[in-house]
Amino acid sequence: MSTKTPSRLEKILAAGHMAVTSECGPPRGSKGEVITKKAEMIKDYVDAINITDNQTSVTRLCSLAACIRLKLMGVEPILQMVTRDRNRIALQSDILGAASFDLYNILCLSGDHQQFGDSPQGQNVFDLDSIQLIQTVRYMRDEGKFLGGDDIDQPPKMFVGAAANPFADPFEIRVPRLAKKIAAGVEFIQTQCIYNLEKFELWMKMARDRGLHEKVYILAGVTPFKSAGMAKYMKNRVPGMDVPDEVVNRMSGVPKEKQPEEGIKICVESIQRLKEVEGVKGFHVMAIEWEEKVLEIVEQSGLYPRPKIE
Amino acid sequence: MIVAEKKPIDEIIGFVRDYRKILLVGCNECVTVCYAGGKKEVEILASALTMAFMKEGKELEVKEVTLERQCDHEYLEEIRNIIDEYDAAVSLACGVGVQFMAEKYFRTPVFPGVNTLFMGVTEERGVWAERCQGCGKCILGETAGICPISRCAKRLLNGPCGGSTKGKCEINKELDCAWQLIIDRLKELGRLEDYEELIPIKDWSTERAGGPRKVIREDLKQ
Repeated sequence: MSTKTPSRLEKILAAGHMAVTSECGPPRGSKGEVITKKAEMIKDYVDAINITDNQTSVTRLCSLAACIRLKLMGVEPILQMVTRDRNRIALQSDILGAASFDLYNILCLSGDHQQFGDSPQGQNVFDLDSIQLIQTVRYMRDEGKFLGGDDIDQPPKMFVGAAANPFADPFEIRVPRLAKKIAAGVEFIQTQCIYNLEKFELWMKMARDRGLHEKVYILAGVTPFKSAGMAKYMKNRVPGMDVPDEVVNRMSGVPKEKQPEEGIKICVESIQRLKEVEGVKGFHVMAIEWEEKVLEIVEQSGLYPRPKIE
Repeated sequence: MIVAEKKPIDEIIGFVRDYRKILLVGCNECVTVCYAGGKKEVEILASALTMAFMKEGKELEVKEVTLERQCDHEYLEEIRNIIDEYDAAVSLACGVGVQFMAEKYFRTPVFPGVNTLFMGVTEERGVWAERCQGCGKCILGETAGICPISRCAKRLLNGPCGGSTKGKCEINKELDCAWQLIIDRLKELGRLEDYEELIPIKDWSTERAGGPRKVIREDLKQ
């Protein structure tokens, strides 16, 4: 497959390799080295690293600055951008800022509602939604124009991604929703954390039935549980998360000190099984505040070493 | 209608503490229907204020009036002959009525008696819910008659987001997910395939973002 951007992630996918991405949350302060340390640790085990954009609406060091830090250390960043906090002027402006540092990947999201974070009394913007942000980046890149119609002097060259949650309700529109994102111009997808493998496989089958797996690169999202408590929390408290009882029971069934190990095991087994699912083109390993575990997950899943592509 | 809620009595006492003669003005429209600022609420507020003043050993003269509407000159004019007899007025109309009264009676301090919330419906007795944000360019024709701007917490034009769970919104389990409602209705109408139409980036200039709005009908202007 031919590539449209200088993105290394795109090249790896286009070459037919299973891609591996991960993500790092920026610090709640101005210590830039927090992000570079995390990246240093995992960089040889992944092809690109997402930097979250004020995830769960908790104010943090901005994604753009953190991505620039990764770029400067030679790591391929994926700029996460939510439409919650910026209008179309700010979004386009940040996209150009990112392009000026040769950031080549963007993940277009709407973002969690601010009620979940540290500023529930703040305004939200939502001038665009995630699908319209996909359209915006594609328009800026492919037409070389701002939304307002003026020409961009050196348009951004970004590989455009989005999230997909196969588990949120209503299930029947989860594949049509993927189709909408593809129609808007999305090129890669990182899914919500997968614990219910049957449901994910059904979603993938429905996507394949429409040929969608050939129109977009789908990276399956996985997150290891650190403890049975975390599994229960994700099951009961995190909106749009589907954690089957047997997974929770498996975590609770081992002694507390063995639970982290069990969590990694479940994660690796999931990857092994998902590798066989037609249409899965890679993995997005989200080890939340547990980034050091990305190494063993990638290694044990047979995804190491990473392909060398320039 | 415009839905409002009574302001806490202490806040209103704070507004009028230094006055002795107060005009309380109710409105017979929306705020009557939602039990926030009609004749009855004016009566209750009058007694509450009188009692509060008595407790502090102060006298208060309160006049109660409820107008047909406070958003039209015609009805607001009905208090022109009496308003100067009062030190201040409390309007229990929505924010529109309060402002229109303040504009018209420039020398009289006018205070709000309610918090104005939204344009909505009476879902059932005692329950009101938002339905419209007056964006100025109605998209209900594209969304099965259910408005994602007023009813989705993220006003997503191409929803639902990943937080939709069992038909409810991620921010509140009591709140219906607008996009679930849209999808259910599209299905009922046999138009589920319409879901895949991309709703384009919205022109928000007809909404609050474009500045205060005005409608001028030359054919009706005098």
